Formats: sequence, C-alpha cells, structure tokens
Amino acid sequence: MADPLNILDITHVTKRFDFQDTKIVALSDASLEIRKGEFVCLIGPSGCGKSTLLRMIGGFETPSEGRLAMWDTPIGAPGPDRGMVFQDYGLFPWLTVSKNVGFGPAARGRPSAEVAETTKRFVDMVGLTRFADAYPHQLSGGMKQRVAIARVLANEAEIVLMDEPFGALDAMTRENLQQELLEIWKRTKLTVIFVTHAIEEAILLADRIVVMSPGPGRIVADERVELPRPRDPTDPDFNALRRHFSGMLGHH
Amino acid sequence: MSARFSRAGTQNIALALCAPVLFLIFWHFSTSGRAFSLIPPPLDVGKQLWDLAFGGVWDDLYSGTLLEHAVASVSRVYGGFLLAAACALPLGMLIGRVALVRAALDPTLQLMRPIPVTAWLPLAMIVFGIGPTSAFFLVFLGAFYPILVNTIFGVRNVEPRLFEAAVMLGVSPSALFWKVVLPASLPSIFTGLRLGLGFAWVVIVVGEMTGVQTGLGAIIMEARQLSRTEIVISGMITIGLLGYISDYLVQLLGKRLLRWSPQHG
Ligand SMILES: Nc1ncnc2c1ncn2[C@@H]1O[C@H](COP(=O)(O)OP(=O)(O)O)[C@@H](O)[C@H]1O
Ligand SMILES: [Mg+2]
Repeated sequence: MADPLNILDITHVTKRFDFQDTKIVALSDASLEIRKGEFVCLIGPSGCGKSTLLRMIGGFETPSEGRLAMWDTPIGAPGPDRGMVFQDYGLFPWLTVSKNVGFGPAARGRPSAEVAETTKRFVDMVGLTRFADAYPHQLSGGMKQRVAIARVLANEAEIVLMDEPFGALDAMTRENLQQELLEIWKRTKLTVIFVTHAIEEAILLADRIVVMSPGPGRIVADERVELPRPRDPTDPDFNALRRHFSGMLGHH
Repeated sequence: MSARFSRAGTQNIALALCAPVLFLIFWHFSTSGRAFSLIPPPLDVGKQLWDLAFGGVWDDLYSGTLLEHAVASVSRVYGGFLLAAACALPLGMLIGRVALVRAALDPTLQLMRPIPVTAWLPLAMIVFGIGPTSAFFLVFLGAFYPILVNTIFGVRNVEPRLFEAAVMLGVSPSALFWKVVLPASLPSIFTGLRLGLGFAWVVIVVGEMTGVQTGLGAIIMEARQLSRTEIVISGMITIGLLGYISDYLVQLLGKRLLRWSPQHG
C-alpha cells in the first residue's frame, strides 16, 4: 500500500528503447517516492536516464516494466497536472507572451475573464509585465524560460517537471532564475522535479538529491539536503556537500 | 525607427531604379532613329501604352481597351488562384497529416507535377473547348502545385516539441490540428500561396492563348499576328506591373499575419 502522503510513486520502473535492432536500457529498476511540496533534483552524467524518467512522469513515454502513479492513480497521457518545462522552451512562436501563458487555461475552456486574470497574475509573477505583448523570438533565453515556467503555473500544475531548464542560459541569468524559482516554490507549495547535471545547482535548490548513473541508467543514491535556506554556495557545509556528491559521481 | 526606415527605403528605391533606367537608355539608343528596327523604341511603346490605357493617340480598335483586358486577366488570375487554394490547402493538409491519404494520393500527384502547364494546353482545349474556361484551368494548374507542395511541407514539419507542449497544457488530440498544426505551418502555407499567385501570373498569357477574346495574353497574341510589337510590349509591361502589385499586397498581408515569425515579421 502506497503512502497516502506521496504525490508520486515510482516502483521498479524499467524503460527500454529499440534502437537500430538493439535494445537500449535507458532506465533500470528505478523506484522513488515523492511527497507533495518536495523539491527533488535528479543529477547524473549524460545518458543516465534522467530525461527518460522525467518524460515517463510527464506521460510522454510509457514504462517497459513497473508502475508510475500520481496520488496512487497510474500515470497515463500528459496532462495539466504535470507541467513540463523543456530545456528548449517549447513556446508557441505565433503567440505573444500573454497568450502563451494563457494557452493552457484557454485550451481547457476557462471563461475568458478568468483566463485574462490568471495570465496577468503569472506574467507579473515572472517579471515579464513589460513584455506581455512580445513574441517569443523577441525574447532572450532567460525570458523565454520565464514564460515556460509561468505557463505551467498558470495551468495549475501540481508537479512541475524541469529538464535542465537553465542549462542553456548564461551564469547570471541562471542564478537569477534559480532564486526566482525558489521564491515561487516557497509561495506556491508546488512539487518540483528538477533535472540537472550541475552539482551546485542541485545543492542550492533541492530538499532531496537523487543521484543517477549510466550503463544502464539507474538510481544509485537518494539523499536529503539538510542545509538551511537560503543557501550560500560559499558556506563550508555547502562545500562539503559539493565534495560529497562530486566524489559519488566521479566514482560511477 | 521610421526615420531610419524611410532613409534606407529611399536609398533602396534609388538602387532598384538603376537597372531599369540603364536598360531604358540602352533600349532607346539601340532602337530609335533606325528605319528598320524590329523592336520599337521605348517612346513609341510609351505612346502606345498611353493610347491603350486612355485612347486619344491612334484611336483604333485597341485604344482605351487596357482596363477591360486587365480586368479580364486579373479576374482569371485570382479566380484560378482562389480555386487552386481552395483545393490545394485542404488536400495538402490531408496528405501531410493523414498517412492513408498520403499513401493513396501523393505518388500520383508527384508523378503529375513535372508536367509543365504549357503541356496541358492542347488537352485543356479539347476538354474545355476554346475559351476562357481553358485559361482558367491552366491558371488553376499553375497555382495548384506550389500551394500543395508548401502546405504538405508546412504541416509535416511542425516541431514535435510543440505537440508535447500543447498536450501537456491540456489540448485534446482532436484540437491539435487547429491549435498547433495550422498556426505552426502558416509561414510555409503563406510561401506557397505567394508562389502560387506568382505562377498564376506567369501562366496567364499561355492560358489566354487558347482563343479568348479579352485578356492581356489575348491582345499580346493578337498584336503579334498584326506585327504591332508596341502593343506586345505594352501588354508585357502591364502584366509585370500587375503581378508586382499583387505580390506586394500579398506580402503586406503576410507581414500583418506573420508578425510573430522572424522570417516574415
Ligand atoms: N527515444 C529514444 N530512442 C532510443 N534511445 C533513447 C531514446 N531516448 C533516450 N535514449 C537513450 O536512453 C539513454 C538515456 O537517455 P536520457 O534519458 O536522455 O539520459 P539523460 O537525460 O540522463 O542524459 C541514452 O543512452 C539514450 O541514448
Ligand atoms: Mg537529458
């Protein structure tokens, strides 16, 4: 019986891909329980199945074996309850910032007054009020990712899935967005599953760090980060954790 | 912004005028004053064009008839083009998105595509008879394939990520076509329409060779038989101008509709 406090139960999940007549095991026997409101980071080198796991939670891939369930209900097709923030943004280029943010509520048939109100609230929340009528090609990478975050929040996502969302951004923009994401998370009590291969980013953000390893992709460690927030990367405890995780990743 | 635009605009217009002005000078000096030039000098053509448009110079059968012929051609161009769009757009969307339709129709259509519009002329005259219907049909054919090919390309090349994003945000699979496929392929579709309209103007002369009484193609052919080369050239100039204006208007429309697209906006 699954713990009723778990928003997400992943039990013995394996994913194989057919690739040029061979089977690739992208993820092998992964199990994970996530509670509502947790901020979980998945870290690991490239090819260890982080995206595959995230995409199965999102409903974009189906597991070859095992079970994924949200609130004890098996995960099916993608849906608004699991909002995905892609590294390449995935914004609709023909819609303005506002229309992108209001896309989900409008697609789900919410009354237009409500859509307008929600849109404004979340465009303001990510600091893009002045760019509400701009098109995606007129925005910087950081602004595009803000739109992508706002659009899943505006759509009442319970779990936000983020696949190396800040990986393509410059250091300054990345730091700003990390802080903003933490602010939003504190205010909204969202559950966040955040994929990264940057150890420092994981320690800065996460309640829990799940370490993965390739060949075949699997979970090798699952540890709480007990550092008080706000966290300071120059803090000795922070550094100790950084060494701990980089040792772990270096040896696999 | 607008000041910079207008200065660059003036400069561009001046640059664009260089070639035609040089050509006119060349044309003038190589033809005027020669008794047996087969090509009439530009001033004679200008006079003829004026007479065609407003009359009062030669006062013959052709004087003041330009508008009538232009209207006939324009209506055939746009009629054939609109019919081509009405057929090619839905067909292209079906071929692009429905595997069954693609398998059933695409090979045949691709096989027929290399046949030039002019090669259809004799057959068109047999099927539709001598008259405007044949012209209309050829314009239709000329515009059909560019629209079809670009529509297929557009709806097939939607970024897969956009489908994932839409489904994740709650768009039902049946609504994906309207919410994602159509807007995403609009730039390609628009390119197809623009090319199609251009081709419609290209084939109008051929189309009007099928023995119609009015139309710019018709007077060009008729004037050729009468050795009225000034009229031939006047007709050519009129087609060029009308085609240019029509393309310009389409582009303006595109700029408005595709403001979001870095290639168009
Ligand atoms: N659609 C797919 N088809 C075939 N192989 C895939 C597919 N997606 C991922 N893989 C393979 O699965 C493994 C894990 O990939 P991925 O989950 O993207 O890793 P990560 O995100 O940690 O870099 C890799 O070896 C990758 O090549
Ligand atoms: Mg990945």
